Amino acid sequence: MTPGERRQSVAGLAFVSPWLLGFVVFTLYPVCASIYFSFCDYDVLSKPVWVGFLNYQDMLSDSVFWQSVRNTLVFNLMALPLGLVSALLLALLLNQPVKLKGTFRAIYYLPSLVPAVAGAMVWLWILNGRLGLLNQALDALGFSNPPQWLVDPKWTKPSLALVSLWGCGNTVVIYLAALQGVPQSLIEASMIDGASPWRRLVHVTLPAISPVIYFNLLIGIIGGLQVFTSAFIMMGGAGPERSVLFYAIYIYQNAFEYRHMGYASAMAWILCMLILVLTLLASRIARRFVHYQGD
Amino acid sequence: MRARYKILVYLVLIAGAAMFVLPFAWMVLTALKPIDQTLSQPHSWLPRRYEAQIGGRRQEVRPGALVTGSSLWVLAVGAKRPVVVPKSAVWDGAWHPAVGGPVDVAIVRDVPSSETRPWCEIGSLDGTLEDVVPVSEITSRVSFRWENFPRAVHSMRHFSRYLGNTLILCLLNVVGTVLSSAMVAYGFARLEWKGREPLFGLMLATMMIPFPVVMVPLYGLFRSLGMVGTLQPLWVGSFFANAFNVFLLRQFFRTIPKDLSEAARIDGCSEFRIFWQIILPLCTPALIVVGLFTFLGAWNDYLGPLIYLTDEKDFTLALGLDAMKTSESGGTEWPYLMAASTLVILPVIALFFIAQRKFVEGIALTGIKG
Repeated sequence: MTPGERRQSVAGLAFVSPWLLGFVVFTLYPVCASIYFSFCDYDVLSKPVWVGFLNYQDMLSDSVFWQSVRNTLVFNLMALPLGLVSALLLALLLNQPVKLKGTFRAIYYLPSLVPAVAGAMVWLWILNGRLGLLNQALDALGFSNPPQWLVDPKWTKPSLALVSLWGCGNTVVIYLAALQGVPQSLIEASMIDGASPWRRLVHVTLPAISPVIYFNLLIGIIGGLQVFTSAFIMMGGAGPERSVLFYAIYIYQNAFEYRHMGYASAMAWILCMLILVLTLLASRIARRFVHYQGD
Repeated sequence: MRARYKILVYLVLIAGAAMFVLPFAWMVLTALKPIDQTLSQPHSWLPRRYEAQIGGRRQEVRPGALVTGSSLWVLAVGAKRPVVVPKSAVWDGAWHPAVGGPVDVAIVRDVPSSETRPWCEIGSLDGTLEDVVPVSEITSRVSFRWENFPRAVHSMRHFSRYLGNTLILCLLNVVGTVLSSAMVAYGFARLEWKGREPLFGLMLATMMIPFPVVMVPLYGLFRSLGMVGTLQPLWVGSFFANAFNVFLLRQFFRTIPKDLSEAARIDGCSEFRIFWQIILPLCTPALIVVGLFTFLGAWNDYLGPLIYLTDEKDFTLALGLDAMKTSESGGTEWPYLMAASTLVILPVIALFFIAQRKFVEGIALTGIKG
């Protein structure tokens, strides 16, 4: 090892040492402890007591757990496609030669920056059953009995999907950047071949940005399974008839309201598995549809 | 055909933009209304100020119920406040309600309300005076109630503490994240050493761990350190670099030519000085992006403070705003809640307009590189 190489080795470790230290304390230890706690009865106040697979067995027979799984999946089946497709549509339109492109982009993007609490308050007000703007508008349009968005268990999930749609500007900007990176030569070639705008979209543009669509889908799945804040704030936890008791909310309740920290840890690991399975599934499907340039 | 297509594009874009802006507009308009104008239906879009003659002088009033048909404003024996009753139900100095026996009343005022000239109940703002006057005598104009903002701040009780706590957290998180992530990114991007690639891979892998997995042990850890109930758990971690930001900065650091560092090394410059005086200044745009998103993350965080802050006096703005949802009287004071929400959102919007380009670059960067 030359002195220069040794110098770099020492310096390299020194520079990454904050992360190494943080990794051990804030990731490695918690991950190991979490595995251990998931096999324990643990309430933070006293020492964990080993119970084997009991927490995992309890989950199987806990109907509230299954309800939280169902709620999370149903919500995501609504919110995820809605958000991804709307964002793609807006990005495609913004990618046309339109005036005020920057203004439109800013308008779509801004809501995604809004603090979740403040956004939740605004939507609480808009979706309020009697006084809310939405129902007043529906009333004015002649719907005599508009839905009680936040009270009727049938409507709480669609309401939250609407709230999450408001924050899709993030995704719009990512799509837009990808669209601007589609090689002009591909577009021109397809125009020379006389492809209609629709065929150009399906056969050139979408395949060209498919890695980014896939990326947004993955981020959407991972974030969607952990959806917490707006539901927790707007519905004060589980919502009417536990209709918005999402997986992450149930973990939170077990950990910090019921102090079943062992059970919460076990649930967290099942969430981890669920994310893994769904991402693997998505990557399987993606293999058929995602085209990386140079393939 | 081409023109029609263009119009369609603009129509969808404008309709979409309207839907994205509407919640903001409704929030601000509500924030500027008196409470009673948020509790009556239908809402008027703009906040209004109503004035009428009451108690001998012209002043701001609250319009109450509209009187339908010819009526009398009567004071029942023993009652404190007069009420409006149909004229046809009053005879022989007594009011004959549909249910219950007649009540002796004194007629205060004749209310000859009709379809063409309706009358309306009004009350003074402090609730001490009431009257019934023709609608035509009530004037109304658009008027923004700016004093809702100081009132909202007041009703959040510890607002200045919440703001202070939030700003401290933002500052510490930004400083901690930017410094530590830049350092670590430098180690991964610009130095050659054994074990670099596997460690970098390990760091990327940690991004896959969902927060709930580490949530409970972290809480236990901070609890055993006596930090629960203080701000410390909410910023300490930021000084130990964040995988995502390290990744972002590493991509950026790698674009700077190697020769620059080599030349400095030959001149006997220490590795830290190369990092601090050569690479960092060249990477300010990337550092600003990381700083911006860290600031927003700290400003917007809800779950962290929810878990770790226990005393209402130590809350952040996010928790304070959440606590305002129900006022002491039990109902929701929408104008104040919307005014407070506006105050919490405003810095974010200001920041966006100051650094708009950075945001768009940053968000696109994160998406594309991923």
